[in-house]
Amino acid sequence: MARALINVPSKAKRGDVVEIKTLMSHPMETGFRTGSDGALVPRNIISRFACTYNGEVVFSAELFPAISANPFISFTTVATESGTLVFSWTDDKGQTQVQTAAITVE
Amino acid sequence: MGGRASAFLLVGFAALGLGLASLSAQTADAPPSDRKSGFDYMGPDSQAMQKDDLSNPGMLGVLDGEAMWNAPAGTTQKSCAACHGDARESMKGVAAKYPLLDEATKTPIDLVGRIDQCRVDRQQAAALPREGRESLALTAFVGLQSRGMPLAPPDDARLTPFRKAGEALYTRRMGQLNFSCAQCHDDNAGGHLGSAPIPQAHPTGYPIYRLEWQSLGSLQRRLRNCMVGTRAEPFAYGSPEFINLELYLNWRARGMEVETPGVRP
Ligand code: HEC
Ligand code: HEC
Repeated sequence: MARALINVPSKAKRGDVVEIKTLMSHPMETGFRTGSDGALVPRNIISRFACTYNGEVVFSAELFPAISANPFISFTTVATESGTLVFSWTDDKGQTQVQTAAITVE
Repeated sequence: MGGRASAFLLVGFAALGLGLASLSAQTADAPPSDRKSGFDYMGPDSQAMQKDDLSNPGMLGVLDGEAMWNAPAGTTQKSCAACHGDARESMKGVAAKYPLLDEATKTPIDLVGRIDQCRVDRQQAAALPREGRESLALTAFVGLQSRGMPLAPPDDARLTPFRKAGEALYTRRMGQLNFSCAQCHDDNAGGHLGSAPIPQAHPTGYPIYRLEWQSLGSLQRRLRNCMVGTRAEPFAYGSPEFINLELYLNWRARGMEVETPGVRP
């Protein structure tokens, strides 16, 4: 199973800008490399990342080759209400990894 | 990817040859106060990456290792935890003393070798290939339990001949470029090879997450990179030469803080 490290402040004041950091394990195989048999290793990268906050998309990104393995993505959002952040990473094989984090807004 | 990176390194190493030839050898062992980890030579971004467990990609491997620690394996279906319990207690300080003398064979054994003994003899599971993802993950997880503790190589007289053999390798010129480890890491530490700072070669962070590799890797992989750079035939993974070198490097770095999992450029 792929592993992710997610850093979301557990508590924030309403209206605060909070920084969110994510680190996802993934080979990010570019499709340009050859294996030991000389054949091209098929491309397999995370092509889309998205984060929803209580159901609403607050950040999304398309990823391309030349982004390192185990991509680190950080962004900010405004703490509006207590709830759940849902993170999803989708790769070329169509596999989607989903992780959640809770935030309490006071 | 590996090919391109080592080609680049070769150019750097060859260029250094011109500079090094005119330098005279300085003192070998740096006094403790002058010892610097490779961490100290990194830029602030890489340092911050290592220091924050939620940004350090080596921690992804540690999480894999923790899952393996708790998973039953082999014909015995015993997990590491079944015998050793909570690694935070039982593995505390363990990595800091390896390699040490294996009482059964009377030869030095490194941490990877010791873990493998438990895999094969005690779990009756297949040996994990060195440098494979699983072996690195378990080693990183066990290594993390010594983080912040001083490297404590055992003061065991029976290890002395092996450490001396490691020191001899460290000071011996090798490869087509005819460099010894000491010429770079003692005489020219703090200088540059191309754009890369030359560190003092302290093995404090292993296994490390090396940005160039985009993965975890062992000290032996690092040493193979240095050997290929001097156009020497690198020793094999797990060879006695590498374990002797590690004994010497650990002795040289004794008392320095374990950083596992380190981040390096
Ligand atoms: C021509 C110079 C040169 C020679 C010879 C050389 N190295 Fe290195 N070594 C380097 C450089 C440069 C780096 C750092 C590379 C980087 O940061 O990308 C390095 C890195 C290392 C590190 C990693 C330190 C850390 O902080 O993780 C170790 C350990 C090491 N070398 C040991 C050795 C040993 C042992 C030998 C002899 C077998 C050797 N080196 C030979 C230039 C050299
Ligand atoms: C069946 C019980 C058993 C299992 C399963 C087991 N071990 Fe061990 N392990 C031992 C014993 C016994 C020793 C030797 C303790 C001693 O010599 O003090 C040992 C020693 C070790 C040591 C060296 C400790 C030191 O202080 O030098 C390490 C590291 C280790 N085991 C890691 C592991 C890992 C990782 C696993 C899972 C892959 C594992 N062990 C599975 C019983 C086990």
